[in-house]
Amino acid sequence: MRIDQNQLDAARSGDERLVPTPGQTIGPFFGYADGYDQVHLPFRDGNHLVNPARPDAVRLTGTVYDGNGDPIPDAMLEIWQADAEGQIPQETGSLVRDGWTFTGWGRATVDNVGTYTFSTVNPGPTEEGKAPFIHLVVFARGLLNKLHTRIYLPEDTAALEKDALLSSLDADRRSTLIAERRADGSLLFDVHLQGEKETVFLQFPGIEYPDHA
Amino acid sequence: MSQDQHDPAEESFSNSHVLDPAATQDSQETINAEMQDIHDAASGETQPRVNFPPYRSSLYRHPTKSMHHADPETIELWSPAFGNRDVHTLESDLTIQGQGEPLGERIVVRGKILDGDGRPVRNQLVEIWQANASGRYVHKRDQHPAPLDPNFTGVGRTITGDDGSYEFTTIKPAPYPWKNHHNAWRPAHIHFSLFGTDFTQRMITQMYFPGDPLFSLDPIYQSITDQKARDRLVATYDHNVSTHEWNTGYYWDIVLSGSNRTWMEGDTDAH
Ligand SMILES: [Fe+2]
Repeated sequence: MRIDQNQLDAARSGDERLVPTPGQTIGPFFGYADGYDQVHLPFRDGNHLVNPARPDAVRLTGTVYDGNGDPIPDAMLEIWQADAEGQIPQETGSLVRDGWTFTGWGRATVDNVGTYTFSTVNPGPTEEGKAPFIHLVVFARGLLNKLHTRIYLPEDTAALEKDALLSSLDADRRSTLIAERRADGSLLFDVHLQGEKETVFLQFPGIEYPDHA
Repeated sequence: MSQDQHDPAEESFSNSHVLDPAATQDSQETINAEMQDIHDAASGETQPRVNFPPYRSSLYRHPTKSMHHADPETIELWSPAFGNRDVHTLESDLTIQGQGEPLGERIVVRGKILDGDGRPVRNQLVEIWQANASGRYVHKRDQHPAPLDPNFTGVGRTITGDDGSYEFTTIKPAPYPWKNHHNAWRPAHIHFSLFGTDFTQRMITQMYFPGDPLFSLDPIYQSITDQKARDRLVATYDHNVSTHEWNTGYYWDIVLSGSNRTWMEGDTDAH
């Protein structure tokens, strides 16, 4: 499809917005689980926002499950987050990491047992008193469009209490968005695409999930 | 792993239906009838249904609770930045990655990435991946007995220009069989991965070629129930993109949802 000049003029003058292009599944062939350099979407150190050897590196890990409770071996996850001070990164270099620049974005594929791992830092609050979270987007074979969600850090319970999104959810649904902090400092966050423990997925203005909202 | 040193424990094309519980032996007619029933009861939808049973793999992989409407906050109103540090200009040409020329029909795919208000998405990452001219991916899970091409990986990336434009030189991919049902074939397509000016616009989709006879049979394409919306995934043959004695050409514009950011006068130049 080609957007013609009339459509473009109408959109730019605010008369009629352009309708978004539909999404489609990522399919099965987006990349190997790991160990390959730039084959399809995964790339070297894509899941290492910071070097895991850094003292402030935090391991963010979890498993992606389907509605049967079985792990999904062919999902791809991306995170996007503020830095430790709550600043929004706008540095290039995510695809060719120099080992020092924090770009705030990472990509991980799950392994054969559905597990993903990122090395990152705890995001700081972007405003005083705001609950810090990591934004997560999920793609998978069998999943016909992307799914957005948030991974909240568990510590600042006062901020979590006040958070607009969390406070609009029932307690059991709310808990699906809050990561668990383990003794070694790592964050555990499982994703359930369907079922009892289904993760809360977010629909932002401008995108439709037909027959679903 | 090559076909001849076959480990029986490994997944192969011939036993993948065993390893993929969603694969079935249903007939094309069964799938068509299911798709027809869903389409008959739908109207005006702009995105695929995540719950679309004719695509068997979707059965246990879609949310059943309603999506939670949310307003994007802070980090979600921005996108990661990509630039020349990330992507070399040659990575947009998929025909020069090997020692020689890949087999197949050389094509150029060109278009623009826009938001709903017609603003170009500048300096953003576009990634593609695709099967080769025989319908085969360079991938350990693709065991379709069609030849790999040593001169074609099927992977490319680029950064959009100031007018939101992108361009790839590649080979026209072939249709390929899959295990959704008996004698299931995907229409020829190129997978696209896209970023916008805010992260809520992040999307992955597939571009198709005009007039493909497999369109009506494909549950992934037909998961979008409205013809007008399906048409948005089909490139236009453009003779101005074809070049003399070198390539045929296609044009495909992509519109991202949103953006949700409040744009200031002059702000468009900053991103
Ligand atoms: Fe494909």
